[in-house]
Amino acid sequence: MLITCPYCGPRDVIEFTYQGDGNRQRPQPASQDLDAWNAYVYERLNPAGDHNEIWQHSGGCRAHLKVVRNTLTHEISSAAFARGDHKSGARHKAEGKS
Amino acid sequence: MAEYSAFSLLKNAFNGNKDWKPAWRKPDPKASYDVIIIGGGGHGLSTAYYLAKEHGITNVAVLEKGWLGSGNVGRNTTAVRSNYLLPANTRFYEHSMKLWENLSHDLNYNVMFSQRGCLNLAHTPAQLDDYARRGNAMRHLGVDAELMTTAEIARLVPTLDVSGNARFPIVGGLMQRRAGTARHDAVAWGYARGADRRGVDIIENCEVTGFLRDGDRITGVSTTRGEIRARKVAVAVAGSTGQVMQLAGIETMPIESYVLQAFVTESLKPFIDTVLTFGMGHFYMSQSDKGGLVYGGDLDGYNSYAQRGSLPIVDEVMSEMLALFPGLARVRMLRSWGGVCDMSMDGSPIITTGPLPGMYLNCGWCYGGFKATPASGWCFAWTIAKDEPHDLNAPFTLDRFYSGLLIDDKGQGATPRLH
Repeated sequence: MLITCPYCGPRDVIEFTYQGDGNRQRPQPASQDLDAWNAYVYERLNPAGDHNEIWQHSGGCRAHLKVVRNTLTHEISSAAFARGDHKSGARHKAEGKS
Repeated sequence: MAEYSAFSLLKNAFNGNKDWKPAWRKPDPKASYDVIIIGGGGHGLSTAYYLAKEHGITNVAVLEKGWLGSGNVGRNTTAVRSNYLLPANTRFYEHSMKLWENLSHDLNYNVMFSQRGCLNLAHTPAQLDDYARRGNAMRHLGVDAELMTTAEIARLVPTLDVSGNARFPIVGGLMQRRAGTARHDAVAWGYARGADRRGVDIIENCEVTGFLRDGDRITGVSTTRGEIRARKVAVAVAGSTGQVMQLAGIETMPIESYVLQAFVTESLKPFIDTVLTFGMGHFYMSQSDKGGLVYGGDLDGYNSYAQRGSLPIVDEVMSEMLALFPGLARVRMLRSWGGVCDMSMDGSPIITTGPLPGMYLNCGWCYGGFKATPASGWCFAWTIAKDEPHDLNAPFTLDRFYSGLLIDDKGQGATPRLH
């Protein structure tokens, strides 16, 4: 699997560290909304198909990347700097399950 | 008399093996059942078997989207053990172990359960202390465990590099003698036959495409072979849990799906007669009765539904094998494959009623589901039949992530790929 780092170009996956689901939205630190915290820590969309995720180019420029990768084919359709804007891609609903 | 016996073997040998019945029928789905089980893997089949055997519920269908045994029940590395630290896990897996010990007899089907032991290697004194703690926790709950010295390990596994010159010298290990391996295909076939003979319909090539509902209540499923109604619908689909639950309108689950690879070498003469795990990485190995070394390591480290793995993990697993057994450097790998694991947020499973009325859920097996097959089915059948969990699976709820009653054996936190 190759990830095209916007700074370094195409690099092998072993240079990157997977940081998981990029859909999750971290509540404000002072938030006491238990449903929102529960959703952030435990609940996952886990799609079979395109997945928004965060990778760090830990063996290269060390930038955090927002990657869209297909979990069925491992095909990567986009890789961009996560800096600042990855929350705008968040579509994780607080389900409020108990 | 049992269908499979020395006598029936002899009788069929003399008449050209013409009298054997297929191990299970290929029925068309009926319009309705008392219970539908989605997923014809080990856990779904054992659930059907124990529903029929223990609870007398035989109007049951098991729906499998592919062919029987095509998923994780035929993709695992066959190890069976009950060497857990936390009481909820220890009790559950020990119940499973006791069912394993009588399984071939119970099913009248040889699952080749071989109690050859499972040895966890320790490479630092701190790790050995940790194993002593786990061994004591196991013995406290009546499970066998013993610490082994390096000299005892060298006698048990003479091919292992126990020299002080190893990359990670071995300082001891924790052994569970009653652990071992079983032939995974036979487990699927044995449970399928046992369920079928009690009247359960096993319906292959039947993929669930949606749920039938009456308000919130689940009243059946729509499938590629038509609509099927049921009073109770049970879900046991491992890595596909998120996808199936989304069909029921439940968007998120405390589960991520990952690929785990497994490997087998060409057949060798007897090389190792126990299940061995490496303590300084993630590697485990046993030898099949055919002679191949069966082994595996870590998950591929990112979400995946592809039933195949990537090369970096192959490289890592081989390196770990050679760190333990330098003598295997010239052995050829025969095959590798992957299975999709339902990694839960605390590394422990979920066996529960709900989350919707009329629905029952069995998932979160991470990469340890094979050894749980008997107890998972036994507890899930109880939960379905009685609409409440047995004491053994009462801790394995879905809402424990919300309530904080986690069962995190490894103490890893909510990063499922690290369990």
